This record gives sequence, structure tokens and C-alpha cells, in this order.
Amino acid sequence: MQGTTTAGRLSLWRAAFVVARRDFTAILFSRAFIFFLLGPLFPVAVAALAGGVGAQVQSEAMAADVGIAMPADDLDAMMAARDELAEKVGPAIPPFVALERLQPGESFDAEELLSSGEGRFAAVVTGTVQEPQLTAPEANLARWQGTVSLIAAKAASREATAYPPVTTHPVATSGASENRGRFQTAQAGQLLLFLLIMLLASMVLSNLVEEKGNKIIEILAAAIPMDAVFVGKLFAMLAISLVGIAVWGSVGTGLLLAGGRSLSEFANPGVGWPMFFALGAVYFGMGYLLLGSIFLAVGSMATTVREVQTLAMPVTMAQVLVFFLASLAVTRTGEWFEYLAIAFPLSSPFAMLARAAVDEALWPHLLALVWQAVCVAVFIRAGASLFRRKVMKSGPQGAARSRGLGSLIRGTFRIGS
Amino acid sequence: MDIATSDTAVDTELAIEARGLVKRFDDTLAVDGVDLLVPRGSITGILGPNGAGKTTTLRMMLGIIDPDEGMRRVLGHDDPKDIARLIGYLPEERGLYPAMKATDAIGFMGALRGLPLPEGRERGRKLLEDHGLGHAADKQIRQLSKGMAQIVQLLGTLVHDPQLVVLDEPFSGLDAINQGKLEVLIRGLADKGVTVIFSTHVIAHAERLCEGIAIIAGGKVPFAGRVDEARDRIPAQVRLETSAQDGPWMAALPESRRKVGKFWYFPLPDTGIEPLLRALIDGNAGIQSLSIERAGLHDAFVAIAGEAAAADLVTSPEGEEA
Repeated sequence: MQGTTTAGRLSLWRAAFVVARRDFTAILFSRAFIFFLLGPLFPVAVAALAGGVGAQVQSEAMAADVGIAMPADDLDAMMAARDELAEKVGPAIPPFVALERLQPGESFDAEELLSSGEGRFAAVVTGTVQEPQLTAPEANLARWQGTVSLIAAKAASREATAYPPVTTHPVATSGASENRGRFQTAQAGQLLLFLLIMLLASMVLSNLVEEKGNKIIEILAAAIPMDAVFVGKLFAMLAISLVGIAVWGSVGTGLLLAGGRSLSEFANPGVGWPMFFALGAVYFGMGYLLLGSIFLAVGSMATTVREVQTLAMPVTMAQVLVFFLASLAVTRTGEWFEYLAIAFPLSSPFAMLARAAVDEALWPHLLALVWQAVCVAVFIRAGASLFRRKVMKSGPQGAARSRGLGSLIRGTFRIGS
Repeated sequence: MDIATSDTAVDTELAIEARGLVKRFDDTLAVDGVDLLVPRGSITGILGPNGAGKTTTLRMMLGIIDPDEGMRRVLGHDDPKDIARLIGYLPEERGLYPAMKATDAIGFMGALRGLPLPEGRERGRKLLEDHGLGHAADKQIRQLSKGMAQIVQLLGTLVHDPQLVVLDEPFSGLDAINQGKLEVLIRGLADKGVTVIFSTHVIAHAERLCEGIAIIAGGKVPFAGRVDEARDRIPAQVRLETSAQDGPWMAALPESRRKVGKFWYFPLPDTGIEPLLRALIDGNAGIQSLSIERAGLHDAFVAIAGEAAAADLVTSPEGEEA
């Protein structure tokens, strides 16, 4: 660009860049941006904390003992059998605590012990090895009935059991587990994409309210095409979102690595991890632009922040519907339903990311991205056109005439007006 | 409507050429067949009451909205956005980002018109200093007074050296001192060959600044031309004070004469003042005072657009401030 201006107009992208640069720097260097970055980290911290506490509670709950009260010989046999089986089977065999070695003719009131709340007993085994009795709440009866029977059978045999050695042949995966794993990867990818877009794209709703409130919109509209304003604002918010994702992603990855977790817990996606991440980033961008362009157009019709807030809930519900459509498509790979989800612009990025997890072919992504880009262009053009026709009217008297979203909807559906 | 000095003006001499502009908003006809020819390098006022269609007309000429009917050419181009870099526009409803510094705001407005941002900031700082606002260069807009912010926006309108400057109610909200500064600035632009077109509902501004005016009322333009042509729509008035109450000199006064206090008022005869003066002297009127009063623009406006349209007009800037 020359230092002095010459006749002509800024190209759409150059004009959009001017708007995007202003928006991006204004948001990036605002105090509110710190809270924007910290916001999602609070629930992560709370979830981690709650998860830790929950796991501890669950661990303690699961560690409840099974008391045993039997004649001395039977009790010893049961304890020995329990230890031997626990060595082979592991934590599925509950720990036994000897309560009482009964003398002949003596009995033990298991119900009283359990109802008294003494100790951490979840169940009590009484009777004999030949006729064991299990006393416990209904859920624990079902849980340990078979186990107690197995231990009693082992105790009754009195003979050493020969456990043949099992030779193992590890493989990376099986067909069933790989399909299941890829399915889970697809679901996880979709969920992450949905959460990010839901959290971030809705910010676009209120994006033009500042310009309308400050009356800057007319300066923009007089200098550059409204399409460029829309494009600039969308890309600025996308860039802000990517900054946020980079920060959150780094923190999240750090936490996962610190917790000893890795991607190997998920099945290798069809296109491989590097391409899956690359496609994830591109589909996030496309999903953001697709939903954002609609949000921007809808939000631009709102005349007040209150109207924008009112719009937030139905917009979120619409996003959830789109997510359901894409989620269902994962279970219908290769069927018309999946193609519908791919063809429908708003669910297309979600459906295609899922496809990247289960299918190695890359060319469908190229087609889908072209289709999504076309839809973005159409949505932006339509939104900008609607804005010019419905909002940019006249001065004070026009402002008085400028209508809120409600009256706009009424006007749109008025027949013959 | 033709503000140009001649109907035969060729396109290249016109900054704005609009013919038959029509704009409807739903069921409201906001602009109804406006023609406007504005010569390059002139100062032109669009004069009319609130709601007359001034802003809509300007918006159509700038390409912010498209006319439903008619054509407009701005600096020889059908689409004003094609020459956005040559146009500066100050909208009626002022707007700036409150968190922006004054230099950044001016730079941003220049960038929208194609000026590189660093150069826009640099020019902005110099413009602010030239207009006595150097101390505000690094202040946020929210820290400035309303008048100062308005000047900042005006400088942002001019930072890219436009050839055509369109100002919608530029004096609105400014105090008398800043209104004076703005008048000087507008004249300075015209001296440099820049075409200035501004809308106003304050007659004094149009009267002082404009070479041409377009009167707009009810979406129509009943008059466009030079200011003196508008005034000439109403014949000059003669104010006469005589010592004689009656006599043969009375025959020299036209039938439409009226007496208010000790003065006689009547239109200046087509034959001019000299035959009248001779008749008064010969008829022993005893002339105490005689003056010829040309019609003001307000009177011309009333005569052209009607009393109702003139009701919202403000005669002087002080009247508006009040």
C-alpha cells in the first residue's frame, strides 16, 4: 500500500484485516481477556479436585470389608481359600475380616452387627463351609454371592488346586477393540469440538452490539463493504479463540502428562494423530466460522445487550441439536444419515472430524472443506446483506424506526407488506 | 435540482451527480425523487428540518444504502465504495471506540480508507497538535470531553486527505468556539479544492459557509442553487420612514404596502429604487430613513418549503445550543 491514498477501495480481505486487527488487539489487551483465559481453567481445576475427592471417597467406599464368623476350622479354611484366590484373581475378591471363631452350638447375629454400623463391614459370612450364609444389603448380596460361593468351594476342596500356566501372546489390538477405540476417539473429538465451539462461537452474538451502541457501524459501513466488517469480526474472534485454545491446550496437556496419561489411551484415528489434530484445527475453524456467521447475523439484528442475552439460550440449544445430529452420524457410518450430517453445513465439521477418526481416506475432507467454505461465504454475504437492508436505515428518525429482533421477525413474516 | 452554476456542467466538473433518487423504508417514502448536482471544490449545504431526508440522501450518495430508484455518481464513479479512499464521512451519530487513544482512533479511521495505520497515527498526532489537541493525543476517547471527541472524529474523517468530505450535521453538539473552528476548517478544505457537502438544520451555518444549498423537506427538494438565488425568490423589502403622514407621494407606494409602527414595508419595485426615491421626494414625503432589506435565508426557506418545514429549523447556532 502506498503512503498516500489513491483512488480505489480496499480489497475485501484488506478491509477485513483492518477490522480484525482492531478487534483482536482491543480484546487481547483488555483486562477482561485475562478472565477469558482463566475462565475455563476454573472448571478444570474444580473437576480435578472433585475427581480426586470422588475417587478417594469411592476408593474408601469400595474398600469395605466382609466379616466372617464361623467355626474355627471353617473360618481358617475360608480365610486361606480367600487369600489363595485373591492372589490369582485380584481385587475382585473382597478382604475378609475374622469376626469370631464360633464354638459348637454358638451363633453370630450378623444383622445386628451390620445395623449397628460398627466397623466398615459391607457384608457378613456365617454358617459353615458347606452351607455358607451371606448377610448384606441387597446390592452387596448380588455382588458377592458368587464370590463367597467360589471361596467356600475352594475351602471345601481341601486340596491344592493345580493352576496351569497361561502363555500370553500380546497383539497391538483386535478388530473389535480398534473399531471401538476409533469410535471412542470420534466421540471424544466431536465432544471437544462441540464444547470449544459452544463456548467460543456464542461470543460472536454480541460482537456488533458495541459498534451499534457506539454508532461506529456507520463509519465502517461508509468506508468498507459490510461483508468485510463481518469477515473481519469473525476472524478476529476466531483468532482470539485460537489464542485461548493454545493456552488451555498447553495447560491441559501439561496436566495430562503430569497425571501420567497419554494419547495411547485412545485408539489411533484412521488418518493418524498428526492429521487428526490438523483436521481438528481446520474443522474447529470452519465450525466456528459457520456458526459464528449465523450468530453474527442474528446478533447484529439485536438492538440491546438484553436482546443478545435472550438469544443466547435458544442459540445454545440449536448448537446442541446440531451436535446430536453429528453424534448420531457416528453410529451410522456409511449410511444416508451420516451423509446428511456431512451435507448439512452446521453439523458438517463435527461429522467430518468423526469420519477422520474412523476412516483413513483424506479426499472426502477436501470436498467437505470446500463445501463448508462455500457455506461460510454464503452465510456471511447473506448476513451482511440482511444487516444493510434491515439495520442501516437513517439518522435519528431511522434509529427510532430501527427495529428490534422481535419486530424484525414479525416484519419478515408479514405477508404482502 | 441543480446546485451547479450551469445545467450544462459536464460530469468531470461534478463531485456529486444524483438524479431521481428514491428510497422507501417499509411503508415510508423517505426520499422522493431527489436530484443533486454538486460542483467540485464547492461548499454545499443540505438544509432541512429533522426527518426531512437529509441523512438518507447522504447515505445513498455514499453507498451505505442503495436507492430504490434513480442513479448517483460520486467523483465520476457509479459505486461510491470504489472511491472510498477519496471520500471522508462524518456521520450524524458520532461514534468512536471509547478505549482507543485519540491517535489510534484517527489512524484506524484512516486505515479504513486505505491509509497505512502507522502513517495514520503519525498524521493524527500532527492534526491534533495543529488543532490545539496535542495534549489529548495519547488519551483514551472516554477521557475526552464530548466536543473534543467530536473534533477527533472529524480529524479522522480528514486524515487520509479526501477529495470529497461529507459531513452530516457537523455542528451538532459543538460549542460556539468549536463551531467557529469547524467553519474555519471547512473553508480551509474548500480553499484546497476539496468538495465539502454538509447537512444542517441551522440556517446561519448554511448562510455563512455555503456557495450552494439544497433545501430538502418531506423527502423532496423544492430548491437547489446558490444561496443568493434562494434569497432572490423573495423580492427585497423596502423600509421607509416619512415625516408626512399623507400626500401625493403615497401613490408611489405599491398596493401591498403595510405599516408597522412608524415604518412602511413593501417589496422593492421592479423598476428599482431610483424612480421610487424621486417620486417620494417630488411628493414631499419628508424621508426620515429608507433602507432596502434583502430577504434572509430563513425567509427564503419559509417561502420555498413552507412554515411547517421551517418550524424545526434553527436560525442561529445559539438557538440550537439553547
